[in-house]
Amino acid sequence: MSSLETPAIPGFRGRGGALDASTAAVWLFLLGAAIFLLIGCLQSKNFAQLTVEGIALGSVYGSLALALVLVYRATHVINFAQGELAMFTTYIAYALGLRGLSYWEAFAATLAIAFVLGTVLQVTLIRPVQHRSAIAVVIVTVGLFILIDGIVNWIWGGDFKSMKSPFGFGSFDVGGVVIPHLYVGMVAVVFASAVLVWALFRFTKLGLGMRAAALRPAAAALVGVRVDSMLAIGWGLAATLGAVAGLMAEPSQLFLSSTMMQPILVYAFAAAVLGGLESPAGALVGGLLIGVTLTLIVGYVPEISSEMQVPFTFAVLLLILLIKPSGLFGRREVRRV
Amino acid sequence: MKRQIPALGSLLVVAAVLCLLPFILSDYDVSLAAQVGIFFIAVLGLNILTGYTGQISIGHGAFMMIGGYTTAVMSRDHGTNLVVTMLMAFAICFVVGLLVGLPALRLSGVYLALVTFALAVSLPYIPLQYSTFLGGSGGVQSAQTVSNLWVYTAAWACSAVLFVLAWLILRGRTGRAFRAVRDSEIAAVASGVELPVYKTLAFGISAAYAGVAGSLFVLAANGFAQPSEFDIFLSLQILIGAAVAGLGSLWGILIGAAFVGLLPQVSTSIPLIGAQHGRDVVFGAAVILIMLLLPDGFAGLLARLRRPTRARA
Repeated sequence: MSSLETPAIPGFRGRGGALDASTAAVWLFLLGAAIFLLIGCLQSKNFAQLTVEGIALGSVYGSLALALVLVYRATHVINFAQGELAMFTTYIAYALGLRGLSYWEAFAATLAIAFVLGTVLQVTLIRPVQHRSAIAVVIVTVGLFILIDGIVNWIWGGDFKSMKSPFGFGSFDVGGVVIPHLYVGMVAVVFASAVLVWALFRFTKLGLGMRAAALRPAAAALVGVRVDSMLAIGWGLAATLGAVAGLMAEPSQLFLSSTMMQPILVYAFAAAVLGGLESPAGALVGGLLIGVTLTLIVGYVPEISSEMQVPFTFAVLLLILLIKPSGLFGRREVRRV
Repeated sequence: MKRQIPALGSLLVVAAVLCLLPFILSDYDVSLAAQVGIFFIAVLGLNILTGYTGQISIGHGAFMMIGGYTTAVMSRDHGTNLVVTMLMAFAICFVVGLLVGLPALRLSGVYLALVTFALAVSLPYIPLQYSTFLGGSGGVQSAQTVSNLWVYTAAWACSAVLFVLAWLILRGRTGRAFRAVRDSEIAAVASGVELPVYKTLAFGISAAYAGVAGSLFVLAANGFAQPSEFDIFLSLQILIGAAVAGLGSLWGILIGAAFVGLLPQVSTSIPLIGAQHGRDVVFGAAVILIMLLLPDGFAGLLARLRRPTRARA
């Protein structure tokens, strides 16, 4: 299975490596989806156009879903403020841009600020309630949701803003299908950031510590991992990935507003759950699947207008949870009584 | 257990004050008091679900929306008596709540939070799609409009009835089953509690309460049901009210309802911040502070304040 997966607990996961029936079904499903898209794209330009758009938007959903998954893996909590946090950091990039920084300078500065912000929030607001109950943490993140909304409208006002386009307005023409530079750039940035996060987890001592802290907090603490710091860094990383999602969502929506990330958060929820909520690679795959499904459905089914995208995603989310709550790459949770 | 049975004395005091208030307050203040009553109902409903069965819902605004649209549409199309539409809102939301409760059987904790959140975000899009029936973004105007005093009276009368109903439900067998589910599902099943029945029932009851609140909410807005009024913020407001309230105390719920019902109005007059952002900033900051400082809400605070005096006596 895929790369970002934490190496399993010895003797639990790697049992001979044989594909069990459900894993095989998942791969067959993904293969089928890929073949379906490929044939569709070859058959119809319209289909290919919608698929391209879906992949670009889906990479943004995947990026936010990845942020949700990082937090969930570390603390088994969903950060409901993740989308608003992403929106907030995008406004910061906007403000930096006004002060004369170039787009990519502002981009880099924003990622750094997002990291600090995420870490600080975890330490000051989440850590004190973390051991109380899941509901307590959820309510704190909900409070954060509203607080950030208020602060953004307070500082920047409620009217729409627009930023410089990071990749210009040009486009490639591939056999009659228009692929804007923007889309290529979005996908590239999202996947570059995902690969960097993967490399961090995979090849650095810090990443090893973070995996240990998420998987077995007590045992990790015993071997000298500073679990609390690791969780805080996890939040920082999640906020950074969220900032990437926000910055890439802004040009695709053409403007910046305080409610920009709310529908995207729902798409990211669906993507994360589809991927299994524990699996970072699953979150990206889920994001792409949700993105492509949405553009194709809206493009081809007249009953589902763009207004119905969010309700439709809700239905999808519900269906996934009813049919296969562990998602595509998730493990079935074994609960001890 | 005694905590859950409000002393008759405090109940009478609250009732007496509520009866007297309209004679003292201005018309505008009566409308604010009506808002508090509306949120009292919604928070009470969520308290039954979250406080007693331990299931979280971030989407109770969705049920309020269904209740509100029931009232507006029935009044617009059939001129139905408004009190009857409130009963219909109760019934419809009860059924919808049961339906939402069914998938909730398989979900718990964060998954349930996700689903209810997504429900609340997506429901306001429905009127945009079915605009001929549900009025699009402009909303639905009910045929009759009512005075602030009417809403006030209706809201607090409903509050009283629903409070007694909640007390009757929670004091007996059903309440025990709810609490057993909250404390440990496995232990509850082992003791013969039918998990599916009680978990969906709690969802249904809770949703029905929110439905009545939504119906009154629309009447308080001059009988106008609009999708933008039922955005995710409303759902978060109810959840915050329940968090402020804490578990199972009449005073706690009153404080929680007053907090979420009055704060939007009060915070607009705060200098510096002002307007709607002021509401959001104050709300967000207040919730986080309360969660950090008062883990059991005001109900827990009151219980803590009461205990030492009792020990001394």
